[in-house]
Amino acid sequence: MVTAEQVWEAFAEIPDPEIPAVSLVDLGVVRDVAVEGGKVRVEFTPTFLGCPAVEVMREQMARRINELGAEAEIEIAAEGWSSDRITPEGRRKLEESGFAPPAPGAAPTTLLRLQKIVSRCPYCGSEDTRLENLFGPTPCRSIRYCASCRQPFEQFKAL
Amino acid sequence: MNAQELLALADDELILGWRNSEWTGIAPFLEEDVAFSSIAQTEIGHARAWYELAAKELGTDADAVAFDRDPHEYRCAPLVEARLVPDWAQTIARHWLYETADSVRIQALMNSDDPEIAGLAGKIDREEAYHRMHADMWAERLRDEARFRTAVDELWPSALGLLEPGQRGRLCEVTGRDPVDAVERGEHTEELRPLWEEMTMVRRSIPGAAW
Repeated sequence: MVTAEQVWEAFAEIPDPEIPAVSLVDLGVVRDVAVEGGKVRVEFTPTFLGCPAVEVMREQMARRINELGAEAEIEIAAEGWSSDRITPEGRRKLEESGFAPPAPGAAPTTLLRLQKIVSRCPYCGSEDTRLENLFGPTPCRSIRYCASCRQPFEQFKAL
Repeated sequence: MNAQELLALADDELILGWRNSEWTGIAPFLEEDVAFSSIAQTEIGHARAWYELAAKELGTDADAVAFDRDPHEYRCAPLVEARLVPDWAQTIARHWLYETADSVRIQALMNSDDPEIAGLAGKIDREEAYHRMHADMWAERLRDEARFRTAVDELWPSALGLLEPGQRGRLCEVTGRDPVDAVERGEHTEELRPLWEEMTMVRRSIPGAAW
């Protein structure tokens, strides 16, 4: 019979559909895995409500559970996702693949406060960076610019 | 909250999301092209979440409530219906008024007795914080521009109409504007039908299509 540990291990191998360097476990979108007989119940919390990757994530989790010989029941958790749920391992992988990880803590609610956050360039490590655009190619990312290596880079939004 | 109230919220977000997406590819700056496209995507995501709650009450699914109604059955407010491309001043005026009014409404929903509604409103509020920062930045930048001020004056009665009468005083406080007679929800402008025709085209031509 399948164990919760096996399911977690399988989920750790599912890449995020939009940032394949991190897995669903690294992102912290899986809240709970419970095995009840031949059924695996997963509590899942998508990053942004408008994230088009949500359906792909659900399908992949269900498929992995089926491959382990169990029936999948994927439920959306009542509590919302926060960027603080990204694991230390996930933050490291993000940075390695050219994304600045989100600033810790709750998202600032004014632009002034947001602009004061020091963000390190994932390419050269300089802290001489500025916010270029609150919005980026997906709902979870902003665009910053590094004045030191003169590269734009993407930052995961704090949420 | 009944299904009709949920539909009003969802329809506002869907139609505004659609209108915001009309700037994709043609906004005055590349940054705004990206911003309006991303805001459109999150608004439509919020619409979907509200439609899912409404659909549960109505015994159907989110796509059916979003796309299978006739234009007169939509509950969106006139503020979100207008096609404002290519007028940037009017677009920013609506963006700022909508986000500010929406924030008043979301704050009220976060205190709902229904935990599902309050929970969803809380999630949405955290995402909307980014929309508000963007709208406030633009409103500040255009504050002294005559075209922007005129646009805000023109849209103000429709912005009040987005909210329940009891919430309108709060919007006046937040924006520092005087109360006026609101343009109420209920009558649609002529601009909704062409949008609806485009938005529902695939559903109507191939019922039950999946892709």
